[in-house]
Amino acid sequence: MTASSTSLSAPVARPSRRSTGTRPRTGTRAVSHSLRAQDRSGYLFVAPFAVATGLFLLWPTIYGLWMSFTDQSLTATASSFIGFDNYVEAFSDPQVWTTLWHTVWFTLLSTVPLILVALVMAVLVHTGLPGQWVWRLSFFAPFLLTSAVVSSLASWLFQPEIGLLDVGLAKLGLGPIGWLTDENVAMFSIALVTVWWTVGFNFLLYLAALQGIPQQQYEAATIDGAGGWRRLFSITLPQMKTITGVIVVLQLLASLKVFDQIYLLTGGGPNGSTRPILEYVYDTGFTNYRLGYASAISYVFFALILVFTLVRLLPTKKEA
Amino acid sequence: MAVTESAPGSVATLVAARRSARQQARAENRTLTKLTIGPSPWVRAAALAALVVMALLWLLPLAWGAVTSFKHEAEAALPASWWPTQGWTLDAYRQVLGNSELLGWMWNSLVVAVLVTALTVLISAMAAFAFSQTVFKGRGLLQFLTVASIMMPGQILIVPLFKQMQAMGLVDTFAGIVLPQIVAPVMVFILKRFFDAIPSELLDAARIDGAGTWRLFWTIVLPLSKSILVAVAIFVFIGAWNNFLWPFIVTTDPQFMTLPVGLSTVKNAYGVQYAQNMASAMIAALPLLVVFMLFQRRIVQGVATTGMGGQ
Repeated sequence: MTASSTSLSAPVARPSRRSTGTRPRTGTRAVSHSLRAQDRSGYLFVAPFAVATGLFLLWPTIYGLWMSFTDQSLTATASSFIGFDNYVEAFSDPQVWTTLWHTVWFTLLSTVPLILVALVMAVLVHTGLPGQWVWRLSFFAPFLLTSAVVSSLASWLFQPEIGLLDVGLAKLGLGPIGWLTDENVAMFSIALVTVWWTVGFNFLLYLAALQGIPQQQYEAATIDGAGGWRRLFSITLPQMKTITGVIVVLQLLASLKVFDQIYLLTGGGPNGSTRPILEYVYDTGFTNYRLGYASAISYVFFALILVFTLVRLLPTKKEA
Repeated sequence: MAVTESAPGSVATLVAARRSARQQARAENRTLTKLTIGPSPWVRAAALAALVVMALLWLLPLAWGAVTSFKHEAEAALPASWWPTQGWTLDAYRQVLGNSELLGWMWNSLVVAVLVTALTVLISAMAAFAFSQTVFKGRGLLQFLTVASIMMPGQILIVPLFKQMQAMGLVDTFAGIVLPQIVAPVMVFILKRFFDAIPSELLDAARIDGAGTWRLFWTIVLPLSKSILVAVAIFVFIGAWNNFLWPFIVTTDPQFMTLPVGLSTVKNAYGVQYAQNMASAMIAALPLLVVFMLFQRRIVQGVATTGMGGQ
């Protein structure tokens, strides 16, 4: 941040050309300022990114907002302005609230284990016990799978009667459970799959943070006679507080965007009991062709995400 | 450079150096174990046991899928016994590779992921360089917009973006799949932080020597930033290879489908062919898993540094 603020306040010299020839020599500090200030090709470097962002991020954002005030359909090119009608409809549409709740419910269900399990894994691996390579591979490997592969594996495990889980339960004299077919169970199954799939990512973040703890702290504590548990609770865990805050917000944001695994595993079923809001947007726009209404729902959802994002940005601002 | 030398002596030294590094790491791990959980063999055994159980649990779905993929289709659909009783077979793989477009989708995924990665890293690094080391009109505003657009989740743009792609004639094209994925303001932010740390004396010296801005970027800034560029590239590649939602929206023609999208259509077509399902899942999973095993250290580092979004 410092470098940018100095150059921002630098006096903008106006060289006649952007030529790279001789430059006036002054004191070193002044050189640093004026040389950089004379380098006016920056906009050429920022141009590709700026154009891409404008075309594929800013424009669709504005276009989508405009669309949310129209009755745009997928097939027609023409549309007419209908004011707040879509938003009025969205707020009184029970499906919006139900699917929004499913998204939030999934987020709550998945976030807690995704944090706790990751922390346990990282603390255990951080002990330096033999087999580091194997542990990292086992915990992180699922994260490298695409949602379609994860869903194939999961629906095979969850298969009624012949899937591994039901067979295992039957051997214990339990089950069968309608993993993906029982309305009261399906969301738990999806959360379970999600934890298996993505916990490795949080695990790596925790592991990196743990590796940042200076060994001297452990050494000093050992000399002072602190036992293993004491060191865990007095050195390791307290230093995980900050990173946990960051991981929680990152995880909330990621979980709120859930779509893939639910769409692929249950299609939002059984009986719509797991359909997340993004799937409702998809269904409204691409199955029912109502792009205008789908945009309005997107923006209602965006408002929710924005709240979380702003919360995420707050601590960063304080640091700077 | 030492790696490319073919003299046997240097290779031997290299191997020896790697070995001693590994031994050193092992020794460090031993002290770490002592320091974090103490020397008690019981505690160590308990921690190890917990790790083994968790690792087995985490590998179980993959292992079960792998075993299934080597079963005869008829046996796969029977209430499960772990080990195939009717013998191992490659039938499922033969079927999948022979009849489906799996390899084509894989190729598409590779093309898409490589293009997305190359373009994202290039334009992000250029923008980050401009923000960090140059001055131009409107820089402050652009920087603000970049940070603000980090907040924009791409998922909510699928509707307008699709309509836009339709208007641009990019539905069912590689450009349509790739271009919306190359906008990664977070990466610009991460790279800018890194570039900010490059001493400006270094760049000024080069400027005095008459180096143009391109030269500065290519010959000084990029080589100095290899580690972070690799980290960002790894992160972007994994994301692009596995991305489902956008490619799913923008492709309807199987010819242009990426692996995740193609696989999701196969599921219905094959119905209850469990062995074949698992075989295609295994084939789809293999490339990234192999890459991970080869470059584990780098990938772990890359994901950890980039994953925090520069925080």
